[in-house]
Amino acid sequence: MWLAPLGFLALFYFYPLSSILQVSFARGESGWMGALLDTLASSSTYGVLGFTFWQAVLSTLLTLAVGLPGAYLFARYRFPGKSLLQALTTIPFVMPTLVVAAAFNTLLGPRGWINLGLMQIFSLEVPPVVLTNSLAGILLAHVFYNTTIVLRMVGDFWSHIDPRLVQAAQVLGGNRWRTFWQVTVPLLLPVVLAASLLVFIFDFSSFGVILLLGGPRFATLEVEIYTQTVSLFNLPTAASLAVIQLACTLGLTVMYTRLSNRVSRPLSLRPKTYTQERLASRRSRLFAGGMLVLLMTLFILPLVSLAFRSITHLESTRLDTQPIQRGLTLDFYRELSVNRRQSMFYAPPTSAIGLSLGYASATVLLSLLLGLPAAWSLARSAQNPFNRLMDPLLMLPLGTSAVTLGLGFIIALDQPPLDLRNSWALIPLAHTLVAFPFVVRSLAPALRSIRPQLHQAAATLGASPGVVFRTIDLPLVGRSLLVAAVFAFTISLGEFGATAMIARPEYPTVPVAIYRFISQPGAMNYGQALALSTLLMLITSLGILLIERLRVAEVGEF
Amino acid sequence: MNKKIVSVFLIAAWLLAACAQAATTPAPTSQPTSSEPRTLRVMTHDSFLASEEVIAQFETENNVKVQFLSSGDAGTALNKAILSKDNPLADVFYGVDNTFLSRALQEGIFESYNSPLLAKIPAEFQLDPEQRALPVDYGDVCLNYDIAYFEEKQITPPENLDDLLKPEYKGLLVVENPATSSPGLSFLLATIDNYGAEGYLTYWQQLVANDVQVVNDWNAAYYTEFTRAGGTRPIVVSYASSPPAEVIFAEEPLTASPTAAVTSPKSCFRQIEFVGILKGTPNRDLAEKWIDFMLSTTFQEDVPLQMFVFPVNSDAKLPEEFTKFASIPAQPAQVSPEDIAANREKWIADWTETVLK
Repeated sequence: MWLAPLGFLALFYFYPLSSILQVSFARGESGWMGALLDTLASSSTYGVLGFTFWQAVLSTLLTLAVGLPGAYLFARYRFPGKSLLQALTTIPFVMPTLVVAAAFNTLLGPRGWINLGLMQIFSLEVPPVVLTNSLAGILLAHVFYNTTIVLRMVGDFWSHIDPRLVQAAQVLGGNRWRTFWQVTVPLLLPVVLAASLLVFIFDFSSFGVILLLGGPRFATLEVEIYTQTVSLFNLPTAASLAVIQLACTLGLTVMYTRLSNRVSRPLSLRPKTYTQERLASRRSRLFAGGMLVLLMTLFILPLVSLAFRSITHLESTRLDTQPIQRGLTLDFYRELSVNRRQSMFYAPPTSAIGLSLGYASATVLLSLLLGLPAAWSLARSAQNPFNRLMDPLLMLPLGTSAVTLGLGFIIALDQPPLDLRNSWALIPLAHTLVAFPFVVRSLAPALRSIRPQLHQAAATLGASPGVVFRTIDLPLVGRSLLVAAVFAFTISLGEFGATAMIARPEYPTVPVAIYRFISQPGAMNYGQALALSTLLMLITSLGILLIERLRVAEVGEF
Repeated sequence: MNKKIVSVFLIAAWLLAACAQAATTPAPTSQPTSSEPRTLRVMTHDSFLASEEVIAQFETENNVKVQFLSSGDAGTALNKAILSKDNPLADVFYGVDNTFLSRALQEGIFESYNSPLLAKIPAEFQLDPEQRALPVDYGDVCLNYDIAYFEEKQITPPENLDDLLKPEYKGLLVVENPATSSPGLSFLLATIDNYGAEGYLTYWQQLVANDVQVVNDWNAAYYTEFTRAGGTRPIVVSYASSPPAEVIFAEEPLTASPTAAVTSPKSCFRQIEFVGILKGTPNRDLAEKWIDFMLSTTFQEDVPLQMFVFPVNSDAKLPEEFTKFASIPAQPAQVSPEDIAANREKWIADWTETVLK
């Protein structure tokens, strides 16, 4: 069962990683021990490490604070526009950091709408909200990016928990609060832990957000590795930092494995038609209203602001005698299809979008094909020592420095038949490396919660393990499969770092194309970047809605 | 349920196949003659751009198909070239700039090639006496300022680096972090050339006292903090080619650029970009032809409107927009590549200590 995922990881993760570490340490004078000790001895390392942990902890807590009530809303209630709202809250996951920074800027920049509004209302001289170069900016961006993980994973799992358990507790005399703590929370703990782990690792290894929104005073391990590698070419130090980052990630995932093994318990999962109710009572309506306002302000408002900016004229020069153009325009969208300077690497938006979608589909396929057997093995025999070893190792790609791994590909994959260094196939492979742990973490709690009696019953009736898997496990985790597929899809669509390093310039993906526009001065360039970002948002939501429409399986009554 | 899964897989497979098709189809058109065209692999950083016609011309003339490999920013691309030097990724590497030149030469990734076209290139650009790295273009990192802002506030715009310390420019400057940004590093090197390796830290202390803002990235500076993007800082470290770019990429046709660059002596730092033949290439003859092509007037005249840098070939003519709206500093600040290689880490560390702590 482990053959495919293990082979994949070994070939495309462990082999490149060990190659680059080996080469990096060899460049130093004192070998790997010496370099590692040097880095550990330096006080700046601890400062950087401490800050990395600190901002990740804060970000994760804030994300949970926003995500858990939201998950409750999505899990327990039906209301019109729900799937659209869910799709929209997932879009931030896809947006390249540069675009997110631009979106925040339109709202919270010195001349953003919120600041302008506040200045007018309170007659202020100086814009009150300063987001650049601040910890608040980092935290806000992390919450913006990662809340969807909590909303989706916890929300979907929660929506299948049998309400009769809570009702039974209440019949036996428990009040709301007590029932919540003693019944609901233990049931949810596995998936909340899984979601928190993913959010934490993402925040821990965050790069673009720290670089752009945090500014020069904040450095995490990932930023430090980048600086040491690219700017200073100090490979031994970079490798030591990468090893430290890996060790931290490993420590976290081992802790998670221990915890989750203790809290998993089999459940009876019920379909959504059974567990969800309409917003009937006044209390629930108030709660829903409040949550909706919060979610929309936090997630939809920046995206809408960005989309709106892409159809308004940017402020023209005040030098010209012409009046400043105001009003709406589709010029930027039209310009996207024009290769004004006959550039060789110009790609019309349709081909960039088609390419991104193609890579995303490949990533979804590959990560599901690899993730499903891995998750199944983990769920089946959690006490198996081999599984206990593999579980934390699976998560490592998420916590590995992208710069280091990218260079590892160059060194390791350079001999035929694996000379993939210039191959386009490297892109879906790199995306799968990130998506595959996600898939496993989304599927494992659901698979673990299937009651073993079902498997046993099927086996006594003569079903082979394959048939059991197809007829019992797959339908019961159908929803989680879709959650996993959506994650893989969005991760691939929004991936920028690895793609930029590998892509053929004639065939840019959408994030690479956006980056090209936004790295040059000029109003048309900026406008086209915004326009392309809006298109990215649109295709993402369409893609997500499409995936969700696929009724892979609904939980059946039995 | 099964049908749906199958159909999804089919669609995905189709998309994948379409993508594969597109990826293997040659992008530029080339007319194959009697023999099959050979392939030349050119590794570049991700800011490389050229016109389709110009590249097509090279391909037709030489019966070759050029494959471009975009490898990240300048530093990352160089690292990739260095780490793969025993099994080079490409035949030619373009994108080493003078701040990385010593690193490239020390690692020995290039083969020497004395191109006949070097005769057309002024000596100031030929920083490698052994012609392992040949200059292709240059760009100047200069202070850019928002003309409208200074007119409105009725302040004279700054004219050199010393002016930035004056009280009327307090809180008006945004610069980039030299550790993470190429223009940031260039600006730091300009201050080192102006004030010496002993005096530049004092200058920076005074800049900090004058409320300079530091961001990590050119993007954050130009598109967030610069007043033209809605920010509060009307002076930003950018390129001498940014004012003409503002005109060329304006929404409505402009008669003058809304920004201007400070190009007085030693206010700008010159970045020169080089190309070289990677050691061990099997296509040495094609690589030489490519380098000759990059130094020829055809390519050199294409460079300004594509990459927004200036050609080194003295025969190349600049496009109209550049002659009208760009100013080329006559005497840019310069620091030798050997000095940069030797002191880069120390300078950045000292700067971080002074400015960010």
